[in-house]
Parts: sequence; structure tokens; C-alpha cells
Amino acid sequence: MSAQSLADTSIWLVVLAASVGTFAIRLSFVALFGRLEEVPPGLERALKFVPAAVLTALVAPRLVYLDGTLALGVGNDRLLAGALAAVVAWRTESMLWTIVAGMAALWTLKWLALGL
Amino acid sequence: MSRSGSSRLSSDSRAAFRSGVRDVLPALPANVPFGVIAGVATVGAGFDPVQATAFAGMLFAGAAQVAAVELLGQNAPIAVVVLTALVVNLRYLMYSASLGAHFRDLSARWKVVVAFFLLDVTYALSVAQFEGRDRLDPAGDGRWYYLGTAIPLWAAWVGSSVVGIVFGARVPEGWHLDFAIPLLFMGLLFPALDGRPSYLAAGAAAVLAVAGFGLPFNVGILVAALGGIVAGVLAEGVGARREGAAER
Repeated sequence: MSAQSLADTSIWLVVLAASVGTFAIRLSFVALFGRLEEVPPGLERALKFVPAAVLTALVAPRLVYLDGTLALGVGNDRLLAGALAAVVAWRTESMLWTIVAGMAALWTLKWLALGL
Repeated sequence: MSRSGSSRLSSDSRAAFRSGVRDVLPALPANVPFGVIAGVATVGAGFDPVQATAFAGMLFAGAAQVAAVELLGQNAPIAVVVLTALVVNLRYLMYSASLGAHFRDLSARWKVVVAFFLLDVTYALSVAQFEGRDRLDPAGDGRWYYLGTAIPLWAAWVGSSVVGIVFGARVPEGWHLDFAIPLLFMGLLFPALDGRPSYLAAGAAAVLAVAGFGLPFNVGILVAALGGIVAGVLAEGVGARREGAAER
């Protein structure tokens, strides 16, 4: 009971803090622009790389770790399916095709493994 | 939203709103699977349906939401979970800076509304309208166009999240639906890669994320993201110096 309520409290804390913090990020320059003529150039230079760095940091560990251990061989279905999906993502730049190709590749590999 | 303004809306404002809705419709289908997947992941990490729906509706940022719930599922400290979500959302600073210049003359109340709905799609569509040939005035009809793009997107996001939340408890393990999350990020990643410094930023982030997987407090993603940004900035600096030297 108490463990459950603690978990509930921390979930609400994360929901509120992440939402309020994100809103502050979104509001920042929209609110500042009466007092500020331009974005600091150093900040602008750094922000350009946020999408590339953040998204790669989110993707990479999910492909190379299998149940918490590093798996860089052909035995790692997710790495193979992910590599194929990366090619599709690079060629089409379409989120839908990337998901379809990656999931289809993973299901195929799992199905082949069952058949062997 | 207050209802007081709607009765006094000019026909031009209504037309601008409708044209925003029309322009955002093609972007909705791509966001539906994202919402469903995020909803499934969120209830999977132990959120109840109310918490999961509130998170989707208040945060309105899929990648950050998924990153946060995954870390929570791994019992990461709350500070790390929140910080990671905010680093993932740092890109909104860029959009805020770009749109802020256009929306300079809006009332404080409108600025709050604009900020809440600021996303890749609402930003891209609206800036195209404000900078195009038949320009909309951001302080006039332009703000209604922006709302026209934002409200359907938010409704579709929350709606598809609810589908994932309801459905999430019943997804069989064998479907490997969790694998859709990295695929989704991949679909977002490749359009963001542009030029050698951005490839270096991505490469550095990948290496750091893999190496930092076992770091205490689950700070790996945080360190990797910040390291990738630093690598990109440094690479661009080196490239610029090289060009400068070549010109001399």
C-alpha cells in the first residue's frame, strides 16, 4: 500500500515537473522577445545539434543491448532489423515506412528462428 | 481557451483557422502510431490510465514522454527522469526562438497558448505561412492559423494515446511492439542529419550512450546527448577554422 502510494507520488511528480519544464522551454523566447532582439549565437550553434545527438542517444542502446548485455553479432535480431530500418529511414525519411520495415524485419527474423 | 472571443471572430480569422486545420491533416496519420506506441509504453511502465492520459495531454512531446517512462520503469531517480525529458525537449528552444520573433506583438495570454502547442509540425507549418508570399500577419489571422494546426494535432495525439493506453495492457509480448520505439526515433533522426558536424554529433552520442549504459542513476542518455551536442559544436568549429585557413 505505502509502496504503491510512493510510486503514485513519484509518477505525478514526473508528469508535473516534465510538463512544466517543457512548457518553460517552449515559452522561453516567445516570452522574451519583447526584451531581446536575437538569440545568443552560441546557444543557436549548440541547439542545432540537439535532434541528432538526442535521438541517437535514445536509439543506440536499444539496438546493441540484448537483455542488458552487449550483443554486436548476427544473433541480435534487433540489431539486424534496426540496421535495415536505418537504411529505409535514410532513403525514405518516412516515419511510417521506417516502422513498417523494422517491425516486418524483426518478425521475419523471429519467425525464421522458430522454424530452425 | 475562453469562449468570449469566438463570437466576435471575423470571417478572415475563421478562414485562417480552417486553412490551418486543412494543412495539418496530412501530418496526423503519421502521428497516430506514435501516440499508440507511447500510450502502450506508458501504461507498461506502471502508469494508471489517468496518469498516462494526463502525461500525454500536458507534456505533448512523444519522444520525451517515452524516454521518461522507460527510465521510470528502470527505477531511475526522479531528477534524472525529468532532466532527460527536458534535454530531449531542448529542441523546442530553437522553435521558440524562431517563432518568438514572429509572435512578438501578441498578448501575454496568446503567447502562453502558442507556447503550449509548440511542436515540430505546428512550428514548420506556421513559419511557412508567416514567411511566404501571401503572408499571414502573426499578430492577426496568423495566430488563428497556428491554432488551426495545433488543436487537431493535440486532439489526435491524446486520442491515439488513449487507444494505446486502453489497448496497452492487452498487447502480447510476442508482437515485440516495444521495438517500434527506436524505429520511430530513427524515422525522426535521419531528416535531422545534415552535414558532417551533425553526423559527428550523432556518432559521439551513439558511442557515449552504448558505453554509458551501465552508469549509475541511469544518466547514460543524458551524458550521451550532451556529449553529442558538444562534439557537434567542436566539429563545426574545426571545420570553420579549416575553411578560414584554406581561404587565406
